[in-house]
Amino acid sequence: MIPLSAYVAVSAVLFATGLIGVLIRRNFIIVLMSVEIMLNAANINLVAFSHYLESMAGQIVALFVIAIAAGEAAVGLAIIIVVFRGRLSTNVDELNLLKW
Amino acid sequence: MTLPLTDLLAIFPELIIAATACLVLALDPITPAPRKGWLAWFSLGALAACFGITSLQMGVRTMAFSDLVIIDPYASFWKLLLYTVSGLTILLSMAYLKEERIHLTEYYGFLLLALSGMMVMVSAADLLTIYLGTELMSLSLYVLAGFKRADGRSLEASAKYFVLGAFSSGILLYGISLLFGVAGSTRLSAIASAVSARGLDDPALLLAMILLVVGFGFKIAVVPFHMWTPDVYEGAPTSVTAFMAVAAKAASFGAFLRVFLEGLGGLKANWHVLFLALCIATLALGNLVAIVQTNIKRMLAYSSIAHAGYALIGVVVAGQVTADSAVRSLGLSSVMLYLAIYALMTLGAFTVVALLRKGGLEGEAIEDFAGLAKRQPIAAFLMLVFMVSLAGIPPTAGFIGKFYLFMAAVKADLAWLAVLALLFAAVSAYYYLRVVMVMYMRDPQPSTGLAPHLVASPVLTVVLACALAGVLVLGLYPDPLVSLATQAVLALK
Amino acid sequence: MDLLVLLIPTFPLVAVLLNGLLGSRYSHDLAHRLAWGSVGLSFLCSIGVFTETIRTGVAREVVAYQWIFGGDLTVNLAFLIDPLTCIMLLVVTGVGFLIHLYSVGYMHGEEGFTRFFTYMNLFMVSMLLLVMGNNYLVLFIGWEGVGLCSYLLIGYYFDKVSAAKAATKAFVVNRIGDAGFLLAIFLVFVNFKTLDYTQVFAQASQLSTGMATAIALCLLVGAVGKSAQIPLYTWLPDAMEGPTPVSALIHAATMVTAGVYMIVRNHVIYDMAPVALSTVAWVGGLTALFAATIGLVQTDIKRVLAYSTVSQLGYMFLACGIGAYTAAVFHLMTHAFFKALLFLSAGSVIHALSGEQNIMKMGGLKAKIPWTHALFLVGTLAIAGIFPLAGFWSKDEIMAHAFVHGQYALYAMAAIGAFLTAFYMFRLTYLTFYGTSRLDPHTAEHVHESPPIMIWPLAVLAVLSVLGGFLGVPPEAGWFHHFLHPVVTAVGAGEEHGGGVGLVMTLMVVATAIALLGWGLAHYLYSIRTEAADNVAAKAPGVYTTLLNKYYVDECYDALIVEPVKRLGLVWDWFDRTVIDGVVVGVGRMTQSGSALSTRIEKYVIYGALNVVGYANHLAARSWRRLQTGQVHQYAAIIVAGLFILVHLILAWWTGTSGTGMAR
Repeated sequence: MIPLSAYVAVSAVLFATGLIGVLIRRNFIIVLMSVEIMLNAANINLVAFSHYLESMAGQIVALFVIAIAAGEAAVGLAIIIVVFRGRLSTNVDELNLLKW
Repeated sequence: MTLPLTDLLAIFPELIIAATACLVLALDPITPAPRKGWLAWFSLGALAACFGITSLQMGVRTMAFSDLVIIDPYASFWKLLLYTVSGLTILLSMAYLKEERIHLTEYYGFLLLALSGMMVMVSAADLLTIYLGTELMSLSLYVLAGFKRADGRSLEASAKYFVLGAFSSGILLYGISLLFGVAGSTRLSAIASAVSARGLDDPALLLAMILLVVGFGFKIAVVPFHMWTPDVYEGAPTSVTAFMAVAAKAASFGAFLRVFLEGLGGLKANWHVLFLALCIATLALGNLVAIVQTNIKRMLAYSSIAHAGYALIGVVVAGQVTADSAVRSLGLSSVMLYLAIYALMTLGAFTVVALLRKGGLEGEAIEDFAGLAKRQPIAAFLMLVFMVSLAGIPPTAGFIGKFYLFMAAVKADLAWLAVLALLFAAVSAYYYLRVVMVMYMRDPQPSTGLAPHLVASPVLTVVLACALAGVLVLGLYPDPLVSLATQAVLALK
Repeated sequence: MDLLVLLIPTFPLVAVLLNGLLGSRYSHDLAHRLAWGSVGLSFLCSIGVFTETIRTGVAREVVAYQWIFGGDLTVNLAFLIDPLTCIMLLVVTGVGFLIHLYSVGYMHGEEGFTRFFTYMNLFMVSMLLLVMGNNYLVLFIGWEGVGLCSYLLIGYYFDKVSAAKAATKAFVVNRIGDAGFLLAIFLVFVNFKTLDYTQVFAQASQLSTGMATAIALCLLVGAVGKSAQIPLYTWLPDAMEGPTPVSALIHAATMVTAGVYMIVRNHVIYDMAPVALSTVAWVGGLTALFAATIGLVQTDIKRVLAYSTVSQLGYMFLACGIGAYTAAVFHLMTHAFFKALLFLSAGSVIHALSGEQNIMKMGGLKAKIPWTHALFLVGTLAIAGIFPLAGFWSKDEIMAHAFVHGQYALYAMAAIGAFLTAFYMFRLTYLTFYGTSRLDPHTAEHVHESPPIMIWPLAVLAVLSVLGGFLGVPPEAGWFHHFLHPVVTAVGAGEEHGGGVGLVMTLMVVATAIALLGWGLAHYLYSIRTEAADNVAAKAPGVYTTLLNKYYVDECYDALIVEPVKRLGLVWDWFDRTVIDGVVVGVGRMTQSGSALSTRIEKYVIYGALNVVGYANHLAARSWRRLQTGQVHQYAAIIVAGLFILVHLILAWWTGTSGTGMAR
């Protein structure tokens, strides 16, 4: 049987990957994917804990999170499209009208 | 499975708002253009109805949906505040959108969706509902921030807000998942008992707590999680900025306080020190950077950061384990009082900003206010009152808010913190009064055809009158609000 | 009587509302009648309250309504009417009324006439709240209100940049003082659970000396800000940018004395804190002397008067500090008379010369504006302390008290200050009214005496300046002292004089001699041998320049406080905008060459074992990238940095309080 710590470790790695992805990737879509990875890291945690603690709550939360992640992706993609129309670019770095 | 009627009754206001939001979104395409204004009035009607219902619920304390949702005076306090500011924002938007030529009535739908998210946040008794509410609010706000689709700055604000908001909610969710692992439940009450069983030095618990601090810190814009605030506030349509600065901040504070007091109350000794550090950093950065701003929306953004810092003083007091419980609840009620007052004065200030137009462009530079006192004495006077109140000078409400907060700090043996905050408040007078100085002591710019003019309309007058009355009446007679806040805090265990 | 009390602040408030909201709809005549009429009515009510207080001899409290309550805090908007309040009321409304009348003439034809009177009335309301309040919070409302009005009125001529700057400076400096005051209020509340004077003073004896000292010193910070004492006096001379009636009303007669009023009001607490008391005395003594020296060389007629105000306020502080509270209030009152007189006559001079304020461009005005000259001379004699004018009695009493109580150092400072006062005031008089005319010819043609509405208030003030002192005769046992006795009774100030008649007479003679000496020197330098003054200045250029530049205090403050604060804001701002962009430019090239490397690192991470070395590598790569990539990344990185800081903070907190602290 796979120990709980393995799940948590995978989740931590995923979380770190997502975090770093947001920090270093320039493409808006990849940034969005990185955020989704972070959410999925949390999902793994929730489901794993749910299993080991024998409580359904975690899995239910995970279901909600998946639904919300879909909504978030929809809104994010919509924003990307509008921004892309204006600038013909999905590079996050080029969002620099607003500063100081 | 059937939904018990009592549960549905408990969340009746949320249902009304959500249903109205959907209705507005659905009716929008089939409403003829000249009648779109009706949808705004319809939304206002829904708000008024909810205000009535929540007022009746004020003394009630019930749980619903197997303890996912709680209706108590604490939640009702925030809800009443949210209805008020949302109603004023809708009125403000009616005039503002017309001026911006944004004819999308979806706007009101999103506003109401965000509001329903906020309502869920403040009456959530479970991390799941808090997360749901937060996301509902945030997703709507991302869209609202980009509502001026022709304006690159508005889109940029939306995109930045989205990236950073999603990022921070990812962090928040990870914290929630860890907390679930520690407590075996996402109920705040269950978490509280797990915390007391686990003790103060559980690393997983501490990590989860820190992640929650980051997640909520982002929403209430405390340093160093504030970076999005100036950009987004500047870029978003002014009415949306006002809504974010006021309602979103209030709701986030509402959820945040409940999580940290009901859920993680046992960890006071730990989070107290974190909030102390965040509070000082926020006060310092917000107030100092505001001094050098030239755009009034950006200045108000930094001011809103600084005000979050003041409010955190109350949270620090609430977490001061050496203080007795009466003092701790005074700290809490001061936070609530402060945010309510902050909401009114900030909304007023943003309304004046929204009012000031410059030949089709926005009059956002502080310089555009030059000589306003000569051209528009009433608008200048209103701005004067709001600025004076933001600076915390009696007899305005801003003074009352600061007075209670600092009083709580001194009572909790944090006099040095009060002194520090007082000094920063003295600094803040500098940038608030600069606006007054520009309005009253500078000649209007030569009329180049781009001279700022005012957009006056009856709805704006109503908004300004409400904000002004709130700021002055609460300054002279704060008691009703104080007792409401005190009563609300008693509900929070 | 209760109604009468409530009416006092109500009249000006009504005038504010009418003039402020509807002022643009009716004529200036109606506006100014409303303004001075309301203050006049307040004055009449004050007289009513005053006679009632004399008759009954008891203090009374009048509650308007409950302002803040809930929990253990109850604060009423309530008024306390006792002899001290009565004196302040009469001074504020009486002098205020005269100045309002004067303003009608002075401000005639100015732009924003109605606005001016609105602010003036708003000031009256605030000042009345300040002196009438029965608790600290009402006092504080008034305190901030007068500050705000002062701000608005200093900046009245908003086309003058210097005026706007002076206004901001006054406000910010005052806010620093207010921070101290507010802290004192908190301390009072924490210790007494109430903010009402009567209850606080009744329980004051329970206070430890340390706490009493802390409260007293915090109050002092507030008083120092408002009353322009060292080190926060710099705003007052700059405040002279406002219209002259404002200088007279706010920056001479009433608002700046609020600090003195507050200390006298809180004398119970001060009496328990000897350290704080002597601090008050020394702050006052030093300010009295220091400001007088600066006054010696100033050339702007209003600035000379401003420094003399600072100096005279110093005398009042000194009096408070040595326990002579009655003398402080006495001097406060006489000072209000003669300083208002001086400022208003100076205003009359400025009016006559179409705005000229430099005394080096005056001279020989005696013949042209005889009335103004006569009135100004009365004021000068009074402030210089020439027997038997008002200033003589009040100043002599302070000095005598210092001498009798063995405070010889303070006495010496006060005496030197008195000498300097006489000197610079007569210098001012000689340069302005005597000698040869140095007017520029264009101005000279238009010199004219002011209209009666400006002269009559001056005449009344002159009479008060001459006779006002007799209220306090004989020293320490006059009517004034008996009247105030119930308020300051706890102290025993003036209970025993110690010295006896002989000493008193001697001190009086000495004081007169000092004043006459100052007059004589001024007469010699500026009337007999007019070139001598320049010679003196030429012989000690360093001293002269230092004085002329006011000891460079403003420059020091700018360099030490104002600039660093601004710079801090700028640095932060600069960090936000430059570091990031700068680094982008600086290492732009590196990006290109490093991209292959970073891709590899990414793969490494995504596929990989997150071992320590890899992680550290990545951290480094990330921090580089963070600096190059753009705003959003930077923001996200800062969020993460904040996360790490919090973790470290918790760890540090843990190691700092190992075990016991955490376990609680």
